[in-house]
Amino acid sequence: MSATSGRGPVDGAAPMLAVDDLTVAYGAVTALDGVRLGVPEGGITAVLGANGAGKSSLLRTINGLVRPRTGTVTLAGEDITRVAVEDVVRRGLAHVPEGRGVIVELTVEENLRLGGLVRRDGDGEGRAAAADRVYTLFKPLAERRRRPAQTLSGGERQMLAIGRALMSRPRVLLLDEPSLGLAPRVTADIMAVVRGLRDSENLTVLLVEQNARSALSIADRAIVLNVGRVVVDAPAGELAADASLRHAYLGF
Amino acid sequence: MERFLNLTLTGVSSGVVYAAAALALVLIWRSTRIVNFAQGGMMMITTFVAYSVVRSTDSYWAGFAVALVAGLVLGAVVERLVIRPVEDAPPLNAVIVTLGLLIFLQAIAGMIWGGEPRSFPVAFGIEGYDVAGTRLLFSSSDLFAVLAVVVVMGLLVVLFRATPVGLRMRAAAFAPETARILGVRVGRTLTLGWALAAMVGALAGLLVAPSTFVSPSAFDQILVFGFAAAVLGGLDSPLGAVVGGLLLGLLLSYLSGYAGSEVVTLGALVVVIVVLMVRPSGLFTSGAGRRV
Repeated sequence: MSATSGRGPVDGAAPMLAVDDLTVAYGAVTALDGVRLGVPEGGITAVLGANGAGKSSLLRTINGLVRPRTGTVTLAGEDITRVAVEDVVRRGLAHVPEGRGVIVELTVEENLRLGGLVRRDGDGEGRAAAADRVYTLFKPLAERRRRPAQTLSGGERQMLAIGRALMSRPRVLLLDEPSLGLAPRVTADIMAVVRGLRDSENLTVLLVEQNARSALSIADRAIVLNVGRVVVDAPAGELAADASLRHAYLGF
Repeated sequence: MERFLNLTLTGVSSGVVYAAAALALVLIWRSTRIVNFAQGGMMMITTFVAYSVVRSTDSYWAGFAVALVAGLVLGAVVERLVIRPVEDAPPLNAVIVTLGLLIFLQAIAGMIWGGEPRSFPVAFGIEGYDVAGTRLLFSSSDLFAVLAVVVVMGLLVVLFRATPVGLRMRAAAFAPETARILGVRVGRTLTLGWALAAMVGALAGLLVAPSTFVSPSAFDQILVFGFAAAVLGGLDSPLGAVVGGLLLGLLLSYLSGYAGSEVVTLGALVVVIVVLMVRPSGLFTSGAGRRV
């Protein structure tokens, strides 16, 4: 249960995404306090914790929306701490923001196209193929291509937000609370797709969730944040099996 | 009947100018939630530039082209230097800044070109077409104005609907933070938005200048009408701006013909008040109400 170091985690392989000594404060409020974690390639790492534990701040700092007071963020060995949010996605890190973040005024198709604009190989065919792949993953979207995203249900919006992130062909996917406000069955469907992407494409996922039970069902590793600090960093199965840890931090 | 027809034609040809002025306001409102009170001053500057180019080259079209390019450049420069610092500030700051810019531009124009109204040439003739023995109050220059605004509107629709740049601009306007997460350089889209708006404004200036003449404050009234047209159509909708401009042009033309030209400005004011009372989001804006 040792915290993985920014550069050399337990198993020796360099992590795809690493955060070292990250401290973030908004005025006098400290959101993250010396956070250190590594996200191994091709795995799903869940970040759990109560409301206000710093989960969203962690994602927003990783992708460059928030500047940390101290610490570094490393993507595939490159320091991206000071890289602007517009450029982070070009380095292969896609963020699905909390509250789904689809642009409701645009159609389903336009949202997807927007996600694919940063691809550099992006000839029309490559983007069309990427969109087709999203429609295959998320069937309900295929029937609503030309509809404004406004008309989608909560689950469909979450699918669209994930699909849009996939359009940039990311190496790492940051998922912020995908289960928020969704029915358990819809959440399970979405988690299954994320799991499938890890299995079939070796996608690296950093999954932030308040719904610890459903996150642990697909995660390989789990990190628990408590008031801005990492208090648990363990294989997901170990955390799920440890009743005292679950009671202390996850409430189930 | 002939009187009605002529009032309608006059309404259309002044309506397209209001439409272009409204479009310039709407493009900026959509992307930055700022009402650009300096728009009249900006189109006055570009029209003065056209005036000087026409005078020195003797070519209307050289002046026309230079004015449009000057609009693009002026819009981009204004956004970068003047608007960027107040973009995240309270809305009132931007209002004050654009008003200050208007006064600044008028003062600069007065220093360069003087305060006297200067006459400005038309694109083509001003002779009305003869149809079935009657002389219509609609000339080839009026026809050109209508076509120019229609073409610009069409190009903007294509830009917004069918190009990656347009998609980025819409995304940045609707959801700036999400757009940035997806790699859109929002700052650049804002600069481009202001540049395009100022170019459309420059077109409005070129089309209206033959009838108003050019002077530092020549376009103040056109801007009032443009604002009324934008409110009528819905400040968020480019199509609404054009339809609003045409409706306002027709309404004011009938008012002027049947009630007297002295009530025209009053009519525009009544339109604004009625729209804000009855349908504050305008004819073409759907969804959530505006904050204003």
